[in-house]
Amino acid sequence: MAHFTKANSIYEWLDQRLALTKLWKVLAAEYWIPKNINFLWAMGVVLMTMFTILVISGIFLLMYYKPDTKLAFDSVNYTIMQEVWFGWLWRHMHAVAASVVFLVIYIHMFTAIYYASYKRGRELIWISGMLLFVTFSAEAFSGYMLPWGQMSYWAAQVITNLFGGIPFIGDELVIWIRGNFYVSDPTLTRFFMLHVFLLPLIILMLIGLHFYTLRIPHVNNQDGEDIDFDAEAEKYKAGLKKEAKVIPFWPVFLSKDFFVVSVFMIFYFYLVFYHYDFAMDPINFDPANPMKTPPHIYPEWYFLWSYEVLRGFFFDVGPLSAMDMGLIAFGIANVIFFFLPWFDKNDEVAPAHRRGGFFIWFWLLVFDMIILTIWGKLPPTGFNAYIGYVAAVGFLALFAALPALTARRRGLLMLVIITTLLLFIVGYMVYAETMESGIIVALLFLLFYALFFLSPVVVKRVGGAK
Amino acid sequence: MNRELKILAIIVILVGITYWGIEPYAHSVMHPHHEPATFKYEDLKPLNVKGDAARGKEAIVNNGCTGCHGIEAAGFPAPMDPVTASATYGVNPPDLSNIASVVDRKFLANFIKNPVHAALLEHKFSDSKPYPMPAFYGSDQDLADIVAYLESIAKKDISTREAYEVACMRCHNLKYDNLTVLGEKPKFKNDVERAEFELNLAKYEANLQNYLGTTPPDLSMYIRSRGPEYIRDFVENPQKILHGTAMPRVGLTEAATEKVIKHLEKVGDRKKEKRERLGVWVLLYFVILSVLAYLWKKEIWKEVI
Amino acid sequence: MKGLPMADQERRSFIGKVFGGFAAAGGLAALYAMKRTWDPLPSVMAAGFTTVDLSPMKPGELRTVTWRGKPIFILKKPPTDNCKKLPDEPKKRLVKIGDSDYLIVIGLCTHLGCIPTWEPDKKIFHCACHGGEYDACGVDTFGPPPRPLDIPPFKIEGTKLVLGEEGPEYLKLVGKA
Repeated sequence: MAHFTKANSIYEWLDQRLALTKLWKVLAAEYWIPKNINFLWAMGVVLMTMFTILVISGIFLLMYYKPDTKLAFDSVNYTIMQEVWFGWLWRHMHAVAASVVFLVIYIHMFTAIYYASYKRGRELIWISGMLLFVTFSAEAFSGYMLPWGQMSYWAAQVITNLFGGIPFIGDELVIWIRGNFYVSDPTLTRFFMLHVFLLPLIILMLIGLHFYTLRIPHVNNQDGEDIDFDAEAEKYKAGLKKEAKVIPFWPVFLSKDFFVVSVFMIFYFYLVFYHYDFAMDPINFDPANPMKTPPHIYPEWYFLWSYEVLRGFFFDVGPLSAMDMGLIAFGIANVIFFFLPWFDKNDEVAPAHRRGGFFIWFWLLVFDMIILTIWGKLPPTGFNAYIGYVAAVGFLALFAALPALTARRRGLLMLVIITTLLLFIVGYMVYAETMESGIIVALLFLLFYALFFLSPVVVKRVGGAK
Repeated sequence: MNRELKILAIIVILVGITYWGIEPYAHSVMHPHHEPATFKYEDLKPLNVKGDAARGKEAIVNNGCTGCHGIEAAGFPAPMDPVTASATYGVNPPDLSNIASVVDRKFLANFIKNPVHAALLEHKFSDSKPYPMPAFYGSDQDLADIVAYLESIAKKDISTREAYEVACMRCHNLKYDNLTVLGEKPKFKNDVERAEFELNLAKYEANLQNYLGTTPPDLSMYIRSRGPEYIRDFVENPQKILHGTAMPRVGLTEAATEKVIKHLEKVGDRKKEKRERLGVWVLLYFVILSVLAYLWKKEIWKEVI
Repeated sequence: MKGLPMADQERRSFIGKVFGGFAAAGGLAALYAMKRTWDPLPSVMAAGFTTVDLSPMKPGELRTVTWRGKPIFILKKPPTDNCKKLPDEPKKRLVKIGDSDYLIVIGLCTHLGCIPTWEPDKKIFHCACHGGEYDACGVDTFGPPPRPLDIPPFKIEGTKLVLGEEGPEYLKLVGKA
């Protein structure tokens, strides 16, 4: 039991009971971050800012929104947008933040991949981060449904239909998710519950977890150097601030974060006030009409790469229909990032530009995801269908190749590359109708998926350099 | 510092390419470019006869127009109430008092002469399925006189709301402006009045749906779901934008179309001006904040680098 | 702080304060916007006015209308002969509209808010909740009510009564003129 004497100030009184000074040191004044970082390290705080904006703007929207299929559209587009004082501002801020947050998530995620911040003790930071990505995706999807416009309705229809592809339980699962045979009022209200209560709660807990997982391994740095944080902290505290390799979270790390956030706000608010169609799709200003699908429907931009993997397969393979092939690839694509620490067989923590083949792999991945994103928006007809196929197979191939690449197993790597190229070629031949999708295609895919699933299991982890 | 600018440049380029692909490029693929509206109605021939408004006042009765159309401004009430009219004709023949305030003169003459042709509805109406308004069998002089008369009684400077009412309201509800296809929704004194109005509205809408084959959409949010350019082009020639549509070409002048669009903006995007003005202040604020943040960051980091 | 020239230290505090202050100002602006979002909507404020046409009313007739969710009693030519409680009070609580006197009061008992019933034969308003009574001029005569029935803000426009606006007759009646 702590010893309680008469306090000389309010602060001291609170400090005796809550250990405020110690807490401040642990969380801020003596929470050590490497000095060797760049502005990409500020993306975490940018995300916190975006999340805060989403919560606060959400609170005000919640005051006037009506979760009923007959009332929802007007509550948003009449009451909130045109009657409520600054209602239009909260709605614009909420919609744009919900879109921009994914841009920052992707930058944050790819920073981690580039600098190898997902291995050697940091696996749980990576996994908690991926869990946040999945939860944010669910949050965005449920939120998009709420205005009950044409896109809201049809996105709900298509995405809930996806679950019908699961064998045996699929059809019943779809009805269970929707709360009805078709997307309707029960669907809206349960996704409202998810969006406003359950998912934000889970997100808050995951954020706490994500922050906690950072503490023991510490934040990474631009060179992947394994810093002795205790020694460097002592140097800093002794006054050797320029020589120390670390800086305290407050005020040094945060001062740079504040600058990055301020500049980011210029970009963000420019979008909020003047350029928001990408986040507030015009089609969603049509009230939901279950009898009429809009001529063009597509998910929000941040789901496009995944959507394109889903539609990338345009021919049957063996006993599996094209739709099944797409569903399998889609399912894999959405979880594969979780397994990145185990697909990378090399212990080395270093930036990609010092990891030879990995540098090429990284930029191929970025390039592939941009292609998937853009083609996910285009109508999947004609040659675009083939490009989608190449990009989708390419995405899986990159992960299939990663164990061999990072373990420097040249032979295996060659095998993966050749199998992939053969798939590209037969894909083109099926597209050009010079070949039927028969036994050869089926065997190639079998080999491809065998390599995909067996490589991470069979290839042994290789020790890193320094 | 250099490295950070390089990183920023890479991000900006990659995001820029992605943005270009999913927005301007993709939308140009989904909505191929078409020629913008000219409002010249070049497919119609002008009526090269000088009209006399005084003669037109008689001609409009002698040629049977007031048999279906009311002209409030001249003291001719509508021969039928809107609901009965819609049951008979499919749609309520418009009151002609202000028709010339919004409709192009050349179009008006052509429409009276051959409604189906002017309205571009040949794909829907023919001899076997006649258009509710018959073609004009009077002389060209009568026609010119009628047009002159209609122009003489039309309000010269109608409001944006009136322009909407004359041009669009008979088929399109405008919920956010309290306008139904039967007109402005009145304040109901009791439940019986409300029920009667709603019954009439439902009947009218059912007749309209039957006549057109589809329900014309409520236009409250059209300014945001379609945008001013689309609406302009669509109004000038519906068939060009939505081939096969049941909407007739209504022959508005460019000025009237601008008024309608302005009204739709008032109804569907009332806060636009406020939004654009506040934006300037907010952006200015963050520019200043960024400068201050930078100065503070520099001070703090001076000790550590 | 060790090793810092004094000028630097002062400048850092100064810039820090300016930055913090400017950020706080932005926060205040945001709080203002949030406060405005809580404001009742324009349509709600507009609905705060009810117009009543009094011309078809008969003497001794009680009409109840709704204003801002509250019942309003309008009693044309109330039987003032039993308004005895406060001798000069009765006339002062009536409003002359056209050529008749009207009693216009909020129909909520000033005790705990139940709606009293007008009993024309007894010429009183009787509240069933706790037995409170008011005379035909709205003055409390019996039971727990602490004060007469309240008068709502109103304005006279010819033979029409506009509830919600404070007209000169209203101000005179409540002693604010």
